[in-house]
Amino acid sequence: MIARLVEGVPRRMLILLGLVLAALLVAPLFAGDYLLTVLILILYFAYTGQAWNIMMGFAGQLSLGHALYVGLGAYTAAALFVHFDIGPWIGLAVAVPIAALAGAFIGFLAFRFRVAGVYFAILTIAVAEFARVGFDHLSWTSGSSGLFLPVAQYAHNDLWHLRGHPVMFYYVLLAATALAFIGCRALLQSRVGYFWLAIREDEEAARSLGIDTFHYKMVAVVISAGMTAFAGVIYAFYYNNLFPEQVFHISRSIEIILGPIVGGVGTLFGPILGAFVLTGLAETLTSALAAAGIDIPGAKQVFYGICLLLVILALPDGVWPWLSRRIGPTERK
Amino acid sequence: MPAALYLNVAVGGILTGLLYGLMALGLSVIFGVVRVVNFAHGEMMTIAMYIAVALFAAFHLDPLVMLVPIAAVMFAFGYVLQAGLINVFITRPEHSQFLLLVGIGLIIANVLLIVFGPDAQNVQVAYAFDSFQLGPLIVDATKLYAAIGAILVAGGLFSFFRFTAVGTAIRACADNYTGALVVGLDVKRLYALTFGLGAACVGAAGTMLLLIFDVTPAVGPSYTLLAFVIVITGGLGSMPGALIGGVLIGLTEAMAGLLFNPSAKSMFSFAILVLVLLFRPQGIMGKRTA
Repeated sequence: MIARLVEGVPRRMLILLGLVLAALLVAPLFAGDYLLTVLILILYFAYTGQAWNIMMGFAGQLSLGHALYVGLGAYTAAALFVHFDIGPWIGLAVAVPIAALAGAFIGFLAFRFRVAGVYFAILTIAVAEFARVGFDHLSWTSGSSGLFLPVAQYAHNDLWHLRGHPVMFYYVLLAATALAFIGCRALLQSRVGYFWLAIREDEEAARSLGIDTFHYKMVAVVISAGMTAFAGVIYAFYYNNLFPEQVFHISRSIEIILGPIVGGVGTLFGPILGAFVLTGLAETLTSALAAAGIDIPGAKQVFYGICLLLVILALPDGVWPWLSRRIGPTERK
Repeated sequence: MPAALYLNVAVGGILTGLLYGLMALGLSVIFGVVRVVNFAHGEMMTIAMYIAVALFAAFHLDPLVMLVPIAAVMFAFGYVLQAGLINVFITRPEHSQFLLLVGIGLIIANVLLIVFGPDAQNVQVAYAFDSFQLGPLIVDATKLYAAIGAILVAGGLFSFFRFTAVGTAIRACADNYTGALVVGLDVKRLYALTFGLGAACVGAAGTMLLLIFDVTPAVGPSYTLLAFVIVITGGLGSMPGALIGGVLIGLTEAMAGLLFNPSAKSMFSFAILVLVLLFRPQGIMGKRTA
């Protein structure tokens, strides 16, 4: 099993991966509280970016509404916890199917009726926005006034109820990101993965070769949505409060997809690298502006936006394809 | 008198909808020709709204009077944006263009935040509370003027595309990109002109919308979404479709606000969008291509 996983991976790449993983494993020992929250954010975006990448990077379906799946996961687990005292891991078992169903709903509507490209992207935004306004008026989850989880005591870490110190969330997210990485690689190496790439490159050609494009696009949406719901559950139990205006907002969807686009769409490292680059950039800007004594709301976002434009202008395929050519871990194919 | 109430709300919705339609027309023209989805559309509109706010605050200039100058400024903005930045991206994949325009939108929104602050702003014109009465029908003066303005601007744009040589050339680019290159059209310049025209449209719409709604730096994305909904409902790339879609959405939102909850009104427009995508993906006025 392990032998199959590492098959065909250059040794340099394995060493690099091992070093990154080791660094991330010991990071909480050295990181202060602030750095730890930044690392948690990075892992959150690395994980959700990886999930989004399955749809866009592998199967070529541009979703701009992944906040929908985060929000459904978060609200399902949180509502079950608040109303019925059901723990997050059982909540997860409910949340994942719900998000996957929402994904299947969008996928079914779009792929059956040949809604593709830009139209598909806008359909995903529309459904997420529909959910945002809908949850604003859903009294079971307290509507727009927000759903609050009872705040935890940090005396001991309760992994089963996800109540405890941020370090626990860090390791949970690290495990999830690592699993997502391995899972995505396995998917890419599988029959389904090759079908996805064929659909992404030329859907007509894929269909003419006998690939059931509807079926495989549905598989991509369902897997991506289900995976994203897990991030939502963690979001709910980490932040302990949920507002439809925040969770389902389109800017949440945009944040999720910036990482993989900047890192490199369709690559396995892109989402992870993109999360580090973007979150790192945002935090660097925050401290740089603070050090320069500039305290203007909006200034950070302007610089952030300019950096985004520069990256996309200079590296159209993202940072990872460029970097992997430099450090050459993909040589000796 | 519930019947008169419904009628008044409906007419108000239709008039506001014409302005929405003009806003969406800009998006439709840009997509129809340049094939780029302008994710910074709402932010571009807020630029025009803030210019109008600033001119009114400083010189007491009526937004309706400043309509043409502001549209001209926005035209220049759109032209430069397309010529300088977006033309580089026209052959890149959709997600790359998306990132570019999201970045532009982010910069616009936050520059406006820095310059004008986070508070909602509006203009108080002398005729803000005037209305015309026709039997049981009471029409707000601001909405009526704005709707007339929207029809005039849209009519001007329509005539430009229909009757001028440049307009015909732009339509040629939209219909057949390679063919336009072959006959020697300067496609990049025409794209820049088109983006400028789209920006002018949304600028004009924003200037007049200021008579009806407040503006904040963060309001851009919701107008971008509204423009998407309208354009897809009416038919992407169809000019009359954008106006009809705008009226339909304006009417729907007004009636939903009256019959249900005003804060839930956008749910109804999204529901319409989903229905249109399912049963008539090319939109009400769109032509079936695939």
